[in-house]
Amino acid sequence: MEAYLDNSATTRCYEEVRDIVVKTMMEDFGNPSSMHLKGVETEQYLKRSAAAIAKTMRVQEKDIYFTSGGTESNNWALYGTAMANKRRGTHIITTQIEHAAIGAPLAALEEQGFTVTRLGVQKDGCIRLEELEEAITPETILVSIMYVNNEIGTVEPIQQIGELIKKKNPNTLFHVDAIQAYGKYRIYPKRMKIDLLSASGHKIHGPKGVGFLYIGDKVKINPMILGGGQQKGMRSGTDNVPGVAGLGVAAELMYSHLDENLEQMRKAKHQLLSGLSELEDVVIHGQSEEEGAPYIVNASFLGIRSEVLLHTLEDRGIFVSAGSACSSHKRAGSATLTAIGCSRPEMESSVRFSFAETTTEEEIAYTLQVLREVIPALRKYTRR
Amino acid sequence: MFQTFLIKYAEIGIKGKNRFLFEDALVRHIVRALKKVDGTFKVTKEMGRIYVNTEGDFDYEGAIEAMKTVFGIAGICPVKILKDEGFEALSAAVVDYMKSMYGDEKKTFKVAARRANKKYPLDTMELNMELGGDILDACPNLTVDVHNPDIYLTVEVRDKIYLYSEIIPGPGGMPVGTNGSAMLLLSGGIDSPVAGYMISKRGVSIDAVYFHAPPYTSERAKQKVVDLAREIAVYTGPIRLHVVNFTDIQLAIYEKCPHEELTIIMRRYMMKIAQHFAEKTGALSLITGESIGQVASQTMHSLYCTDAACTIPVFRPLIGMDKQEIVDISEKIGTYETSILPFEDCCTIFVAKHPVTKPVLKTIERSERKLDDVIDDLMKTALETTEVIYVEA
Repeated sequence: MEAYLDNSATTRCYEEVRDIVVKTMMEDFGNPSSMHLKGVETEQYLKRSAAAIAKTMRVQEKDIYFTSGGTESNNWALYGTAMANKRRGTHIITTQIEHAAIGAPLAALEEQGFTVTRLGVQKDGCIRLEELEEAITPETILVSIMYVNNEIGTVEPIQQIGELIKKKNPNTLFHVDAIQAYGKYRIYPKRMKIDLLSASGHKIHGPKGVGFLYIGDKVKINPMILGGGQQKGMRSGTDNVPGVAGLGVAAELMYSHLDENLEQMRKAKHQLLSGLSELEDVVIHGQSEEEGAPYIVNASFLGIRSEVLLHTLEDRGIFVSAGSACSSHKRAGSATLTAIGCSRPEMESSVRFSFAETTTEEEIAYTLQVLREVIPALRKYTRR
Repeated sequence: MFQTFLIKYAEIGIKGKNRFLFEDALVRHIVRALKKVDGTFKVTKEMGRIYVNTEGDFDYEGAIEAMKTVFGIAGICPVKILKDEGFEALSAAVVDYMKSMYGDEKKTFKVAARRANKKYPLDTMELNMELGGDILDACPNLTVDVHNPDIYLTVEVRDKIYLYSEIIPGPGGMPVGTNGSAMLLLSGGIDSPVAGYMISKRGVSIDAVYFHAPPYTSERAKQKVVDLAREIAVYTGPIRLHVVNFTDIQLAIYEKCPHEELTIIMRRYMMKIAQHFAEKTGALSLITGESIGQVASQTMHSLYCTDAACTIPVFRPLIGMDKQEIVDISEKIGTYETSILPFEDCCTIFVAKHPVTKPVLKTIERSERKLDDVIDDLMKTALETTEVIYVEA
């Protein structure tokens, strides 16, 4: 039996997505920038996707810009707004638990003279609103906070954060990395005071290599990729029609079944958590079962190295993710686990299970059965 | 401007009656190395020399880089070949050559003529003087220094005339395959690829053994070793990589033997397995990347115990080197970047916190007896399930 429990890494494409990708590669393969009929035809795919995505967030389709994926969306949101607003201020606020696609560009901006405040988090992974409020100054041009943490599934109080930011400094922009949240939460940027939002296609059963950045109406942002002037000059490059078309279909499907999907994942999470609670020396990280994202479970199996468990499970057809990389020497563990105050033994043994709505009861039952079977043997061989 | 390279080799010249074997191997390896380079290359052996001739456009830098990976080459000389059209023409061509090579650079030079064609109207001394004078007249930036010149211009008069002044150093050593074969214990670290490179440089062809311990070492760790083998295969030629599943042996040792002796006992079984595959493939020795005192398993006492596990010679070319010296070589040969990828050390649970540094062979052998009832079967399975991967550069 196979159990793919690494859906936060990537998901399997929907068949409907595959079909439209194939269609736009084989039949309607024109370049939307071409003046002839073939171009006009394919342009429709872009419009339809933008409209579908805009509808899921109740925003205007002109505010959706397609990118090469989550990393580009994040980079663009940070660099683009930093450059466009640097005369107003050079202070940026983020958290200690962001993905590297936020952390690395911000570190680069720091080298260029920007000041970055990285908010710590509580044991459950949530920031403290008072700390955020204190950190915002008239100089603050941007706050970037993730919706759902990719490692432990913590859901940040985005709406409260948005309101707080605008109350303290209406000019401060709010960027949300929603790569792990889009398609699984109802996200309404207008109501939540989100100015920019990043999402990725392959996390929601769409193709890899495509994503989008939502850019609110009045946001000042510079383009980062210059060239032929596609997407109103904001993001040049021949439009990735198959990717964008696939992303649109994936988004539509995700949102049309949102409640059933969530219910399915909640069940999987509950089943796994109650199974794990019967095992000894297992620590669950992040928020409570109800608060946290229903599709991410991060657990430490004390005494078993993450990777050893990962490869053992892999042998039995179960695919998970290792919380922190192999760190026998000085190599740093996960920033998120460090930030929530995990001990070293917890970090070294942490494994992430992540679900999709396709995850079945049988898969979870099988996983639990294998865990019960292999854990005693693996614990026997620990470093003495 | 160059269409020909003269290949200089060092030690082949003294190999007596076997010389042709070495030369033929060298030619073969040069052909192999140039296969992936853009251009048409013809490698010829004439009058005790090896030339690489090219036709039309070719990737000059690429060709040199490729030839720098061929053991046995001491130097690569880009040669300009002229037809013999009388001394006037030769003098003009030589002046031309010097101008295009050295422009306005202030340098000293010396002309070293050689005459294989004894019928040439000028003798060696006259050639040196006349050509030297003509160069001096034409290039005010050049002066003569016969003792320690910057530019040593060789003019060889044969049926054609060969001009060269540059010798690009090759890797040296001897052509691979002219000195038997050896079995390399290849890990994912920095040392063992360097050890393989160094032994291979002496003309030895290489096969390798890698000990894989799933789930304690990952598929990526194995892939990394395959990549390393591919990187040294650039120099050594194709490698048969034996991937031994070592997990069960490791677990048995872990369960039954004293912990501080784990590594030593494990190494001893690795040597035994490597010897098995050496014998099977006709290799007459083992190669390891050990260096005295680098880690607990490489102290003098430990090496003594490891060595006692096998009966064929074990070569340890890095034995007297410091880590930095080894790193320098691995950077030079291009294995360093792969070696430091972080996939290998998941099997640290098999490393005791305080391993013995002065093991006593008798004690180790006594500990090993605890494995008596299982080890034969485990060894047999390990040998039988070994996967052999053919790795080419």
